[in-house]
Amino acid sequence: MVLLQNLINALQWGSFYALIALGYSMVYSILMLFNFAHGDIFMVGAYIGFGVASALIALTAMGAFALPGWLILVLTILFSMFLTSFVGMIVERIGYRPLRAAPRASAAITGLMIGIILETGNLALLGAQRVSFPSMIDTVTYDMGGVFVTNKKIMIVVVSLLLAGALHQFIRRTRYGMAMRAMAFDYVVVPLMGVPLNTMAAMTFALGSALAAAAGILFGVAYPVLDPYMGILIGWKAFVAAILGGRGSVMGATLAGFLLGFIEIFVAMIFPSTLRDLIAYSIVLLILVFRPHGFFGEAYSARLRL
Amino acid sequence: MSMLRVENMTHFFGGLRAVHNYDLKIEPGEVHGLIGPNGAGKTTIFNLITGIYNPTEGEVFLEDNKLNGLAPHEIAAMGIGRTFQNMLLWRHMTVLEHVKMARYSKIGYGLIGAFFGTPRRNREEAESEEKALKLLKMFGVAQFADQWVPNLPYGAQRRVEMARALAMEPKVLFLDEPTAGMNPEELVQMMEIIRQIKEKFDLAIFLIEHRMKVVMELCERIQTLVFGEVIAEGTPDEIQNNPKVIDAYLGKEIVE
Repeated sequence: MVLLQNLINALQWGSFYALIALGYSMVYSILMLFNFAHGDIFMVGAYIGFGVASALIALTAMGAFALPGWLILVLTILFSMFLTSFVGMIVERIGYRPLRAAPRASAAITGLMIGIILETGNLALLGAQRVSFPSMIDTVTYDMGGVFVTNKKIMIVVVSLLLAGALHQFIRRTRYGMAMRAMAFDYVVVPLMGVPLNTMAAMTFALGSALAAAAGILFGVAYPVLDPYMGILIGWKAFVAAILGGRGSVMGATLAGFLLGFIEIFVAMIFPSTLRDLIAYSIVLLILVFRPHGFFGEAYSARLRL
Repeated sequence: MSMLRVENMTHFFGGLRAVHNYDLKIEPGEVHGLIGPNGAGKTTIFNLITGIYNPTEGEVFLEDNKLNGLAPHEIAAMGIGRTFQNMLLWRHMTVLEHVKMARYSKIGYGLIGAFFGTPRRNREEAESEEKALKLLKMFGVAQFADQWVPNLPYGAQRRVEMARALAMEPKVLFLDEPTAGMNPEELVQMMEIIRQIKEKFDLAIFLIEHRMKVVMELCERIQTLVFGEVIAEGTPDEIQNNPKVIDAYLGKEIVE
């Protein structure tokens, strides 16, 4: 029973990690750099979700329209994903595109700086107090033979899997996805086949940011307190998942995100919860010692050149 | 009107003059060869025309459109398809995906179509797949359509690359040493393929090649490049008998 209960919690945490890790992985696959501001984009997405949800709820209260709670939630997720994708594109345009020919280290610290700007910008804009994420749907707890599952947990896992699945289809079956995969091998050569590099880079940031926004809102549904620094730790952990999955692998990032959720929750099941991250990430470190390229990564680094 | 025209192109890498006063005219349907010793700047000329580098001086025109200053993907979409000396194929994509990917600029549906699977997307992707399969069949590699590229024999990989370049529906096809590393049997096949491309497609070919047999049999006009400069231009016969070319590149035994 306890095991099953934890399994459900692990799936929920894994959902957050997986959605965020996908953004790291996609950007890496094309531009060969990690966007270290990605955790903060998750935070911005949660705040945008907060704004959108509050506005929709206020409009409903004013009688502008009568929307059921679940519909407000769906609209909030979709609309916030849309808005946050522009945040991602702006970050790419300002922070990364001018540095494309610069040394990798410069691009890495750009990410860190943009992250700090997003955190402190939010602080300046909304102040230091935490905001509480509006509850759009009532919690319903199902007792499944001693295992308690809430409708919110189910929703979080289902929505995450749907989004990851949609991304997978996008990458496998569309011209954009195919171009992205080709570009993962070399962004100098693929434009010679008529594929615009800047468009693809912007699209990758947009997609990653939209998924991070979805994660932010789902997080807000589960833990309805937002603060400007909420993206840092979860962002780092999702980054670990992206590496664990294999740099640049979409499938790997998804699975590793869930795996990380499992490791954390099951460590916490056995050991005191204060030791959770200590032990969980020691395990991850051990995995990487034996599989330095992650689960789906490839053991080569030579870039193809003209 | 020439298909492809380059006027007075010069390019420096830092202080090194890689290409000097290069002129080129390729007529529709023509096969134009570019030969010269290693390091003469042949691939650099390909990179300059296709937009990888911006020429320091000079102008490039495809039909009447100026290519200078355009991004590589724009130049490609306007009608220059290309293969590479070291065959840049992707290990994690199938043969069919390579060729379909190259049709990116020939497809019009947008992101909404991509996410929601509109009829337009389905139609265009199906069309694209059909054309890609047709090309694979033409090059005799259709049986590998769903295989990963590294599993294919070398000659077949070269043909996949050729199919990928043609999937872009180019007006001029750039071939950078298409027979590099091939055994005599594969070489003969490749020459036959280039001949067929010339017959079946409405395009001009710009060919870099080291093997004289290939150049002399396929090309209508040939330029010889040495240290970034054209030292001779003419028909295969003229080139073969040009003392400057023999001296700088061919060597006496090959001609005899």
